[in-house]
Amino acid sequence: MNTLLIAEHNNETLADATVKAATAAAQMGGECHVLVAGSGCAAVADAAAKLDGVAKVLLADDAQYAKQLAEPMAALVVGMADGYATIASPASTNGKNFMPRIAALLDCSQISDITAVLDTNTFERPIYAGNAIQTVKVNEGKKAVTIRSTAFAAAGDGGSAAVEAVNAADNPGLSEFVNEELTKSDRPELTSAKIVVSGGRGMQSGDNFPMLEKIADKLGAAVGASRAAVDAGFVPNDYQVGQTGKVVAPELYIAVGISGAIQHLAGMKDSKVIVAINKDEEAPIFQVADYGLVADLFTAVPELEEELGKAGL
Amino acid sequence: MKILVPVKRVVDYNVKIRVKPDQTGVDLANVKMSMNPFCEIAVEEAVRLQEAGTATEIIVVSVGPTQAQETIRTALAMGADRGILVKTDDDLEPLGIAKVLKAVVEAESPDLVILGKQAIDGDNNQTGQMLSALLGWSQGTFASELGIDGDKVNVTREIDGGLQSVKLSMPAIITTDLRLNEPRYASLPNIMKAKKKPIDEKQLAEYGVDAAPRLEIVKVAEPAEREAGVKVETVGELVDKLKNEAGVL
Ligand SMILES: Cc1cc2nc3c(=O)[nH]c(=O)nc-3n(C[C@H](O)[C@H](O)[C@H](O)COP(=O)(O)OP(=O)(O)OC[C@H]3O[C@@H](n4cnc5c(N)ncnc54)[C@H](O)[C@@H]3O)c2cc1C
Ligand SMILES: Nc1ncnc2c1ncn2[C@@H]1O[C@H](COP(=O)(O)O)[C@@H](O)[C@H]1O
Repeated sequence: MNTLLIAEHNNETLADATVKAATAAAQMGGECHVLVAGSGCAAVADAAAKLDGVAKVLLADDAQYAKQLAEPMAALVVGMADGYATIASPASTNGKNFMPRIAALLDCSQISDITAVLDTNTFERPIYAGNAIQTVKVNEGKKAVTIRSTAFAAAGDGGSAAVEAVNAADNPGLSEFVNEELTKSDRPELTSAKIVVSGGRGMQSGDNFPMLEKIADKLGAAVGASRAAVDAGFVPNDYQVGQTGKVVAPELYIAVGISGAIQHLAGMKDSKVIVAINKDEEAPIFQVADYGLVADLFTAVPELEEELGKAGL
Repeated sequence: MKILVPVKRVVDYNVKIRVKPDQTGVDLANVKMSMNPFCEIAVEEAVRLQEAGTATEIIVVSVGPTQAQETIRTALAMGADRGILVKTDDDLEPLGIAKVLKAVVEAESPDLVILGKQAIDGDNNQTGQMLSALLGWSQGTFASELGIDGDKVNVTREIDGGLQSVKLSMPAIITTDLRLNEPRYASLPNIMKAKKKPIDEKQLAEYGVDAAPRLEIVKVAEPAEREAGVKVETVGELVDKLKNEAGVL
């Protein structure tokens, strides 16, 4: 039985999360079909068609899907769910929003945030902020799954699937998009960046974040934050890394002025190399850091910028 | 306007849980339990709507064991009016909980149901959206701001790229994110008052919904431990190690 993977995108480009989720979907057995639902999003469908392991792309191009609101998305997907054993999507805020709605309408279970596919019906997923890993099996014909993209490698781009248009479903009309305030940045996207530099409460103010941005720009890194830094208004909500924010797993994660609460660790402890800069040598972040520097960040971070410069960066 | 707030009793967020040696689950013996933090935010929001004169009654409901009474009491001490405990000792899945909540909604006819976005034990982030689907209502998930506007609710949502505003038709389902509000601590007089507020105890069977677990938990294991690394003395040493030892620069 086949898998329907709902693509994450912004109507122009296919998100990296989808490219990684395609790898997970391909492990679920049967064919993987990708649904691109959006508005003026034909280029996204073409990109999805090139993914290795994708047998078919279904394009639902209609104004009502421009923002992938849950109510119209669920109506669309439920109408085309016959013939699919698995409905999947990246565990993005979009996927988290529409997928349980789809699952309930199909009267099937959802497995959230899977990090491994053991077989067609069996998955691993973190629970309790990643302090336990659950292996869960679905013994029914249908299931919904959201995929933690950082746990899977990107699919190759040697495919050439056909793109088929599908009709829009009736819009339930329960909700209406009003507007959006998106954080603008030329830096890489947090969840797919190779290097992430994050600041916590120790940064003291949003005015000090440019210190980290300078480092990030030297390294081609994204900037993240702890919940405390977001709550204090230093940076926008979409910077939050953690159990209830974004999950990242870069090659290098640099935590600056972050204590290392379990909720923060849940979002970054699968990074390949972790660096912590903290003035408190007892800070729990040092228990997961490969390289720890006990220092005042206000001297260490400018010094780091200088040393990176000396190293030719 | 009537508001229903489903609350879950979970392991306190400060507790570092342990996996049982036989890998059947997490050891909950003698562990501190509290209201799920996102549910506290939901209760707080409902209480603020009542204080603003928008809400007329706040009902909290918890599906769980007898001890979930304490969680309901906490919500009553924060300002909710009455509670419903749907008693079960089974660990229900989000779809099962959503089916029970649907039955409660049908009995109580609230205009708004405010849930947490996620319970911090199972980290599922499903129940609110499922309930919304089963009722055929609108949904405003991960809310950081909400405002009632006649028969509509304006919701600002925390999304991956920043913030999104949507307008929902009521009745509606809202799920809370961290920035919606900062929950109050109940004052002693309010804790005393809450003891007199009614909690209606129901058995799961009374609702006649099939909420039996449908997933098989094969095992629950410890995650791979991450070894602590080394301390470096200077920034120069750090950069050298990142470049020449770790090879990540
Ligand atoms: C339901 C719930 C969900 C949560 N979700 C998340 C989440 O997704 N992500 C998340 O991050 N947190 C989350 N948290 C919050 C988490 O529990 C912590 O409160 C938070 O991570 C702390 O942030 P922090 O490390 O920046 O602040 P603190 O814990 O206050 O640490 C600040 C650190 O900065 C250091 N410092 C201060 N000044 C300096 C200086 N000059 N130089 C060097 N070091 C300095 C201090 O030594 C300290 O270690 C959640 C909590 C709850 C209850
Ligand atoms: N047993 C329960 N009783 C009442 N409400 C619940 C229960 N489980 C989950 N909820 C509600 O659903 C939200 C999300 O939970 P979950 O989908 O499990 O992550 C919680 O914050 C609660 O508001």
